[in-house]
Amino acid sequence: MTKPLGISRRSMLKGTAAGVAASTIGAPTIWAQNIKDVTLRQFGTGVSNLNEVAKKVKEDLGFTLEMTALDSDAVTQRAATQPKSFDIADIEYWICKKVWPTGNLQAMDTSKIKNYDKIVGIFKSGKLTPESVIAQGTAPHSVGFVEGANGTTFSDTETGWMTLIPTIYNADTLGIRPDLIGRSISSWTELLNPEFKGKASILDISSIGIMDAAMVCEAMGEVQYGDKGNMTREEIDKTMAIFTEAKKNGQFRAFWKTFDESVNLMASGEVVIQSMWSPAITAVRSQGIPCVYQPLAEGYRSWGGGIGLSANLSGLELEAAYEYINWYLDGWVGGFLMRQGYYSAVPETSKNYMSEDEWGFWFEGKPAQGDITNPFGTVMEKAGAVRDGGSFYDRMGAVACWNAVMDENQYMVRKWNEFIAA
Amino acid sequence: MVSILQEKTSSPTGEEVQRRSGASLFANRHLSGWLMAAPLAIVLLIFLVLPIVMIVVVSFWRATEFSILPAFVFENYEFLFGSEVTYRVFFNTLKYAAITWAFTLLIGFTVAYFLAFHVRSLIWQVALFLLCTIPFWTSNIIRMISWIPFLGRNGLANQTLISWGLIDEPLDWLLFSDFSVILAFVHLYTLFMVVPIFNTMMRIDRSLIEAAYDAGATGWQTLWNVIIPLTKPGIMIGTIFVVTLVMGDFITVRFMSGSQSANVGRLISNDIALLQYPSASATAVILLVTVLMIIGILLRFVDIRKEL
Repeated sequence: MTKPLGISRRSMLKGTAAGVAASTIGAPTIWAQNIKDVTLRQFGTGVSNLNEVAKKVKEDLGFTLEMTALDSDAVTQRAATQPKSFDIADIEYWICKKVWPTGNLQAMDTSKIKNYDKIVGIFKSGKLTPESVIAQGTAPHSVGFVEGANGTTFSDTETGWMTLIPTIYNADTLGIRPDLIGRSISSWTELLNPEFKGKASILDISSIGIMDAAMVCEAMGEVQYGDKGNMTREEIDKTMAIFTEAKKNGQFRAFWKTFDESVNLMASGEVVIQSMWSPAITAVRSQGIPCVYQPLAEGYRSWGGGIGLSANLSGLELEAAYEYINWYLDGWVGGFLMRQGYYSAVPETSKNYMSEDEWGFWFEGKPAQGDITNPFGTVMEKAGAVRDGGSFYDRMGAVACWNAVMDENQYMVRKWNEFIAA
Repeated sequence: MVSILQEKTSSPTGEEVQRRSGASLFANRHLSGWLMAAPLAIVLLIFLVLPIVMIVVVSFWRATEFSILPAFVFENYEFLFGSEVTYRVFFNTLKYAAITWAFTLLIGFTVAYFLAFHVRSLIWQVALFLLCTIPFWTSNIIRMISWIPFLGRNGLANQTLISWGLIDEPLDWLLFSDFSVILAFVHLYTLFMVVPIFNTMMRIDRSLIEAAYDAGATGWQTLWNVIIPLTKPGIMIGTIFVVTLVMGDFITVRFMSGSQSANVGRLISNDIALLQYPSASATAVILLVTVLMIIGILLRFVDIRKEL
């Protein structure tokens, strides 16, 4: 008992010293003494729940951030059913659509968000540039705002009350093995091309898999969708019929459910074309195996995540959470994530934390001048390499559909199960 | 001996004395029996019976996207029995169980027979038996996953076959197929067959086998008419292990079929992942009933209690 006490007393002293120091240099944080004792519990999917972030929070802000990484199903479940178990939820926008009606999260006052004006248009008006067309699916801005702090219905316009503060997003496409395919690939239809019989794969996460399937069926001209992110039963039936037939004909080598499985399938050459996530491509390439995140004519399937505040947060904890959000958008995390191939919600602040070469490679789609390393020091690309798909505007401007949850979700899941069992 | 006999004759009075002087609760034989059984009964009640009751109860509940609502509806069962997928998946599960059972029995019986009757020294028997258990030092999942690189398109098996000139093209059906699923099952569960069969074989009175030979039986006749009938309880116990393990599995099927085949366990795990607990419970109840029925039928063939 005495030991932990001693440590906490010492850290208290340190905290006070830091507080004194902070107040003398005029830092805006008036609660510097108390905030050290704050612990915020964050949970979310693995992509942004990084220990480096928690460490940096402790350094920069002084309070403790506890991270729990779960898969997206578990994240949804926890956000919906265990509101007392977290302070900050790091969830995707389609999960937000599912979870917000439970009332477990509280909206954020955008006037307290320092860099609010610099947040990319996708998350505010839905448009990347004024000319952009809003993609199908659960576009982030459509579930990004509510009317007032306790609002339960989503608003189409910026209301000043945000559900999630966007943190990380990307555009997904098919991954291919150029060395084993030996020709150019430019359409989603190639996934079902008999040429790749027994060498294709799709991910077995129904909500995302169905959308990749829809991209393929639409590109084949077999099915016309009103909204790929919110299909009708008839559209679901048609899509699954096409994929079931392909499965029966032996088109697929396997389905994957976890990141590692997708990497292994690709690296071992079992599969030459499949749905894939950006860091998985990097993982294959880092083994010295050529792998391309192929931009396709029909566009990308995109996803975005953000952090939301638990409805239970109040007082000092709530202030600390706002401070955390402001810090998040301040650029360090953005740079950290962008150097892994994701995008930050406020790219211009991230630029301060990236070298010119890194910024040029990851954001502007320019050829790398020297070796490009990730935040952990691993060399990702050699000089001369260009990012697959090009610049931020090329990639995020070509989004065809956002990850979504459909009204017919339950029906879709049953159909998906039938497809797997077929 | 004499003293024992004496005590026995004098025992009625002794017992009487005890019963009278004891007069306590514990003297009642029925009560003390109940009390001795109570700890196990309570543990089983809390950790086995209650959860199963809960599963049965939840199977009648309703589910929405992210919550479950207490109710008493049959919609989960209606959907389950109304879907053609259910029957196909149950058939697939039974198919895996049957084929795996046949192979594990054949291999398990042969191994046990060799250990029990061909290896003469006890030390060698123990040593070889321990050898069989060595794979169990690593996790079940690791043993299963290690098949994947071995059987893959560019894996060791295909490379070897190609270098021997037996095949020109890699065999795709080696991995992510029913073949690989059953191979993994047999590899994982054969020991569960070996152990109980070996155990019963070791208890067979050797003079019975000698008697069979003396009576002019051939080796096969002895095997068929003496050894197999006497090892039935072991075979039955092994069968119960293998069948229940295969019927309840979901991870082996998922990994070894590359998610391309489904069994009942995968249906349940998919439902759980999507928060459809009532539907998962209904499937689990049906699976439980199916397995209990199979075991019930198996137990009709052999009275394990009597034979053990």
